[in-house]
Amino acid sequence: MKQRIYYGAVVLLVVFGCLPLFGSSYALRIGTFACMYAIMSVSWTVIGGFTGYPSFATAAFFGFGAYCGGVLITKGWPWFAAAGAAGAAAFASALVLGIVLLRLRGHYFAIASLAVAEVLRELTNSATELTGGGMGLNIPVSVAGSSSIMGEASFFFWAMWALLLSTFIAVRVIQESKLGFGLACIKQNESAADMIGVNATVYKSLAFAFSGVFVAMAGTLYAAWVHYIEPPDVFDILFAVKPIVMALLGGLGSPAGAVLGAFVFLGIEEMVWRNYLQIHSGVLGLMVVVLLLFLPDGMMSISKRLGLIGERRG
Amino acid sequence: MLILQILLNAIVLGSLYACIAAGFSLVWGVLNVINLMHGSFIVLGSYLAWGAYNALGIAPWTSLLIAAPVFFCLGYAIQRGILNRVIAAPVLVTLTLTFGLDLMLNNAMLVAFKADYRQLVLDPSLGALSMGSLVVPIDRIVATIFSLLLTLALFLVLRRSRVGRAIVAVRMDRDASRLMGVDVPSIYATAFGLGAAMAGCAGVLLAMIFPISPIASGSYLGKAFVVCVLGGLGSVPGAVVGGLFLGIVESFGSLALGPEHAVTLSFALLIVFLIVRPQGLLGKQGFE
Repeated sequence: MKQRIYYGAVVLLVVFGCLPLFGSSYALRIGTFACMYAIMSVSWTVIGGFTGYPSFATAAFFGFGAYCGGVLITKGWPWFAAAGAAGAAAFASALVLGIVLLRLRGHYFAIASLAVAEVLRELTNSATELTGGGMGLNIPVSVAGSSSIMGEASFFFWAMWALLLSTFIAVRVIQESKLGFGLACIKQNESAADMIGVNATVYKSLAFAFSGVFVAMAGTLYAAWVHYIEPPDVFDILFAVKPIVMALLGGLGSPAGAVLGAFVFLGIEEMVWRNYLQIHSGVLGLMVVVLLLFLPDGMMSISKRLGLIGERRG
Repeated sequence: MLILQILLNAIVLGSLYACIAAGFSLVWGVLNVINLMHGSFIVLGSYLAWGAYNALGIAPWTSLLIAAPVFFCLGYAIQRGILNRVIAAPVLVTLTLTFGLDLMLNNAMLVAFKADYRQLVLDPSLGALSMGSLVVPIDRIVATIFSLLLTLALFLVLRRSRVGRAIVAVRMDRDASRLMGVDVPSIYATAFGLGAAMAGCAGVLLAMIFPISPIASGSYLGKAFVVCVLGGLGSVPGAVVGGLFLGIVESFGSLALGPEHAVTLSFALLIVFLIVRPQGLLGKQGFE
């Protein structure tokens, strides 16, 4: 049953990858955003779902990757090298930062991870020579190799989609590996896990680093895609909260649920944007509240609930 | 002389920070909920002061008498109706829930008041007090005194009143206080109401000094965080110490490094404190 869900998810992802063959450029834009959101929520699942640490650092990773990669691309690096470098830099710094930050638990960790984004944003704002500061960073280089609108849209869609696929596979591998087992132990009882020989500090830091690496790469792609980034845009606190909402929407701790949650979330968000521009953040808030009050275990629990009802009848 | 002037500004700023953070700290300490709506409550309080002054001619310090009960009821209702349902849920749920509520509240304010900056201009102006080369506008002195009085009032309520002792008891041991006959859900709602009332009153006072806009809510919330962590979570004296400390750090920091780095400095300080001394300067467990 569980395996079927994952095969189903992979098949859906592959089918989704064929979107450029018959989609409009609008559909491609939505599709690219859907992949980007899914990368964020699947990545967040590693630290938030598997390990149980409420991380708000996704915005920090995203902005870090966007600026790292954006600056490298303007310096003439090819996009994949820039994305790789941004990912590696995010991994390394998250590993070091994680050793320090993950000593905190609960609210304290949540706030500290949120503050990382704030500090990075202010630093980016003030490092005008490198990042353009508050004026933002222009990335005039076209990396797509095609100047037509559809060509560029398809290029970024496929790049983001491929990144999502690799993120999903990597996170699944982590979940099934020794690391994933250790993380589950830490989630249940950290002191006990430490006692039986799980090196909690290293494991948690690795989880934190893995929750950052793909988000940073997505940030680079985003920067290359939109050609212009500014600190309040890429270090937006909403990028820290949305992945959590998406993961909760799908069902906490399940990578497939996170992808599903991201797609559904984006669908709803787009509908709200189109119809209620003035009050879109209010509607988003209402959605969050209703979700948490009435569907706290996410959509993946709906099938379970239905199954339960069926059993009772039988 | 410059040092003295900056110190004076730091104290003005610090007392306002203490007032902002006291209610936030109470809610965090008692309910174990980080109320992300705190910043929006403050801004809403500022709008209340602005509206009362411009439409009805009520001076801000008189508006405090309106703001306190109004925000208490608002907070009480939110806690009773919504937050109490998930109070036992993990950190992530309560945090995200208040974020959702904040999005709604902030969006409502944006629609109602627009994002323009407004300013409450007292007419006639209160003027400024000058001693030698030191100059302080009187409206700032008034705001400082009232914010310290409000913080003291909260302290006395928690220390002396029956309901205050019940709040402290619930903080110390929820189950034991329930066995002693304390109505825990109602105490939660009261604590949240008090936190909201403090936020609303702080907003009224801030309206006299700073421009008003829904956009400012995030930065007020950030200050509340930093002050709570610096001073020590869940105590009124902690909020005062943390507020004054942050006021001094920001004032002298912007003198030394330039005003654009004041926010970076306070958040960097936050991270350092979380790691080195998470219990804060006063370092107490529980709410006293």
